Amino acid sequence: MTHRQAFYLSRRQVMRGLLAASALGVAKFGAGCTSVNSNATGGKGEPLTVGFIYVGPKDDYGYSQAHALGAAAIAKIPGIRVVEEANVAETNAVQETMRSMINLDGATVIFPTSFGYFDPHVLAVAKEFPKVQFFHAGGLYQEGVHPNNVGSYFGYIDEAQYIAGIVAGHATQSNKLGFVAAKPIPQVLRNINSFTLGARSVNPTVKTQVIFTGEWSEPVKEAETTNSMADQGVDVVTCHVDSPKVIMETAEKRGIYCSGYHADQASLAPKGYLTGAEWDWSSIYTQYAQELLADKTLMDDSIPHLLRGGLSSQFCKLSPYGAAVTAKAKADAEAAKQRLLSNEVAIYKGEIKDNTGKVQIQAQQEMKQQAIELEKMNWLVEGVDGKVTG
Amino acid sequence: MMVKHWRKTLEAICIPIGALLVALVLFGGFCAIAGANPFGVYSSIYRAAFGTWSSFQNTLIRAAPLMLSSLCTALPARLGLVIIGNEGAIVIGGLSAVAVGLFLDGSAPTIVQIGMALGGIVAGGLWIALVGALRHYRAVNETISSLLLNYIAIAILNQLVSGVMRDPSSLNKPSTYPIGMASMLGTLPGTRVHYGLLFGIVACGLAYLLIQRTTFGFAARIAGGNLRAARIAGLPVGKLTMAICFLGGACAGLAGMVEVAAVHGRANESLNANYGYGGVLVAFVARHNPLAAVLVSVLLGGILASSGILQRSHNLPDATALVFQGLVFLVVLYSESLYGKFEMFKERSAIAPSVA
Amino acid sequence: MTTEVLGWWGVPLGIVAGTLRGSAPFLFVSLGECLTEKSGKINLGLEGTLLMGAMSAYAISYLTGSPWLGVGAAGLAGLGFGLIHGIVAQRPRVNDVAVGIAMIIFGSGVAFFLGKPFIQPSAPQLPTLDFGAWSSLPAVESALKVSPLFLLGIAIAPLMQWFFRSTRWGLLIRAVGDSPDAARAMGVSIYNVRLLSIMAGSFLAGIGGASLSLFYPGSWTERISSGQGLMAVALVIFARWNPIQCLYASLLFGGAQAIGPALQSVGVDSYYYLFNASPYILTLLIMILTCSPQRTLAGVPGALGKPSESRL
Repeated sequence: MTHRQAFYLSRRQVMRGLLAASALGVAKFGAGCTSVNSNATGGKGEPLTVGFIYVGPKDDYGYSQAHALGAAAIAKIPGIRVVEEANVAETNAVQETMRSMINLDGATVIFPTSFGYFDPHVLAVAKEFPKVQFFHAGGLYQEGVHPNNVGSYFGYIDEAQYIAGIVAGHATQSNKLGFVAAKPIPQVLRNINSFTLGARSVNPTVKTQVIFTGEWSEPVKEAETTNSMADQGVDVVTCHVDSPKVIMETAEKRGIYCSGYHADQASLAPKGYLTGAEWDWSSIYTQYAQELLADKTLMDDSIPHLLRGGLSSQFCKLSPYGAAVTAKAKADAEAAKQRLLSNEVAIYKGEIKDNTGKVQIQAQQEMKQQAIELEKMNWLVEGVDGKVTG
Repeated sequence: MMVKHWRKTLEAICIPIGALLVALVLFGGFCAIAGANPFGVYSSIYRAAFGTWSSFQNTLIRAAPLMLSSLCTALPARLGLVIIGNEGAIVIGGLSAVAVGLFLDGSAPTIVQIGMALGGIVAGGLWIALVGALRHYRAVNETISSLLLNYIAIAILNQLVSGVMRDPSSLNKPSTYPIGMASMLGTLPGTRVHYGLLFGIVACGLAYLLIQRTTFGFAARIAGGNLRAARIAGLPVGKLTMAICFLGGACAGLAGMVEVAAVHGRANESLNANYGYGGVLVAFVARHNPLAAVLVSVLLGGILASSGILQRSHNLPDATALVFQGLVFLVVLYSESLYGKFEMFKERSAIAPSVA
Repeated sequence: MTTEVLGWWGVPLGIVAGTLRGSAPFLFVSLGECLTEKSGKINLGLEGTLLMGAMSAYAISYLTGSPWLGVGAAGLAGLGFGLIHGIVAQRPRVNDVAVGIAMIIFGSGVAFFLGKPFIQPSAPQLPTLDFGAWSSLPAVESALKVSPLFLLGIAIAPLMQWFFRSTRWGLLIRAVGDSPDAARAMGVSIYNVRLLSIMAGSFLAGIGGASLSLFYPGSWTERISSGQGLMAVALVIFARWNPIQCLYASLLFGGAQAIGPALQSVGVDSYYYLFNASPYILTLLIMILTCSPQRTLAGVPGALGKPSESRL
């Protein structure tokens, strides 16, 4: 019940905030683009205006919300003003949003948070506004090819999926795991493979059943997929879709375990939630904000153009372990986490075969997370039931 | 003659503007309830959509595909057909344009562009002509078949883009191979608005002339007015149906080509960007008049252009823009029933008995 | 453990289960659309109504703790949207398809706007009737968890059939839809009959939304509907404006949603986009095969798609 009360409170606070904002809007009629998030107490008078653009609603309990939480975290930093726009399509609409943020809101830093914004949209606008800095979530920046006011960042969240796989490998009794995936693209395949490798590192008999829904967000199909996995004897489900809410709830209804993605979804499945692979954008965005406030820029290379990392650089984290996780599973997971944090071991260390029997990574070969081959992954590891081609 | 009908012209100007004002008042009330200052909202909308040349270009960019898309509904409507398959025709047009563009890869950019435009026009045209053919030969309801074809077109797009047409280097966003920078459509001189706007305005102008000034248009209007009479008069209703559906679909297909050639440079799921249903609404609000469709497209473009500022400056959720659009269209549609209801707009009946 | 591998048996089981779980929204929107179209008007805006119903049901269930109050709220929200559609779409010279599309935009806008605070919390769900308690297989047990809303829908279908065939009111609606002139001569208010039919149809669509958010998938998100409301129009043609056939069509469409995932789960994993589009392809093919220019469709209301007569 406390949950509900908290909700009422925050709702009321939001309303009050809205009223305050509009009152301010009257005072500055015409010129007023005052956001509730604005916090103009920075040392240098003018706050730094940072624009965030999301592809979905920013309260989707998933991908966009994870970024929006990061934006909310830096909005609290003195000297930073955040403007946000949600539900912006990957068409020239996003170009116009960026221009509008720059021209009308005075944004000098923009975070377009969807992968598909980069080429051609971010690139086009970045050329037009060489003084504005663009930080794109996707890790696509190439030195010498792309404008030097563009930066790119992305996290190796598959490290968290690897740990989640270890927990799942311990929890499963049927030795069948399920992975509800949107599309067979490298990022998704890498999560599936890391999850499976993690599970098989503690329980080599485990198989992962993968089903592609074909869409980033289609709750009915996701629920149907979870159900058909449960019918096939799968007893731990995880996913890579935009809003995993329905999958967690369906798994809980079917009485099987689940492992979250994007954000902490423990409250949706109090009995079956094992752990989850979460983004930690607050830490990354805070880091960027501090660099920007210290007058560092992409253009003079004092901010690196490419920022990538996993658990150790706080790009991602794990949800707290659920009640069903055994002490043994926790110990194994924590040990693996320590090894990943100290960068001692790589997840992709040979010999690794794909599920058609072909050797993808040779014995003795070790692929660090930065390896370009991993970014182009188009195979599923041995132990996965599923096929990459559409 | 024009002088005699000035009241009617005035009516045709005043009623939509009045409707727009009513919609703005309603929306202002909505914003006030949501805790935002309505006048601040109005000024922001104006600023973001029309306030500066840069904002107005934003509006025009969003209006361009809507003009072409609206003709896919407006033209067949002259025959009394209600077609909502614009989205599908755009997607199929875009796919076909990419296929032609890739096939002609290496030719002179102009050749590639003409080829792509023809590819989009023909594929989009055939897609909607199919709807017309089903209507004529099998009496399949055109609204439903075109709706179903939207879903089918999108499935075809996804299947091809993630399968046979996929560029393996399009890693995390499955896409076709790019057509290459050289073959891309440029922008109109001095602006950042792509040539799609010009295509849209020209297509709407041609469509107007076709309907109002040619025998083809005359025949279509006759057949639209009374199918049986048209058959008795010996008009080739089947050919007319398919021809006009082809033309409508061709315009939407061209919109798909523009999306590919001026915006994305390749085909991927972003082709399906809701210009289709927007176009249907534009056509109805413009009462299927192609010239009015240009203006209504600019209006809807402006609404779309201003949707961001509602979130950024007034902290309203992203859905506010949908509420605004919905309100504007509902009120404008309602206002269509008000023609002839106001005394001040009535022509002296002795002079203009022809007012329907 | 009884989680034996079902293998290929999982496919028919999955489809049956998917049908029982996922048909209710289709059933309610198609019955609603059927009622509306019988009176001679089309309501393409049921997609917006469905979303509004889903949101209101979830929100009220969450706020009051009673899912049944949520269902009631969804129905009321539907009535409200029906009233707007009924008034605007019946104005002279106003096309009902256009109003429908405007209502989709408006309805989804309002639903998303008001629904923002309810995406995060979990609302109490409707209870289910467990017809599978006898089975030791959890898959069967779960498949036979049936929503009372679905049973309600199944009951409404023959009732509506009987209503159209044998009651005075049903006859009036059919008369208004088939030959407005005759109805007018009988002294019936065409406007009122249509308004009430549209409102009642939207009421049903709202309940269909409640089934989405309070039973299956049982959640409120902005993508909760996968176009069920828009498909209502196609379903009704598919069903030849016959409520019993609406039931069959809904079962077919509900089951079709499960085909893709069920096949992938046993290893048929190519062409899932086309599998997912199979209901649309199938509907189109059936329409092509069964329609004919020589005769009008059995059951089609005569005044359907014709402009409203000036009322004033």
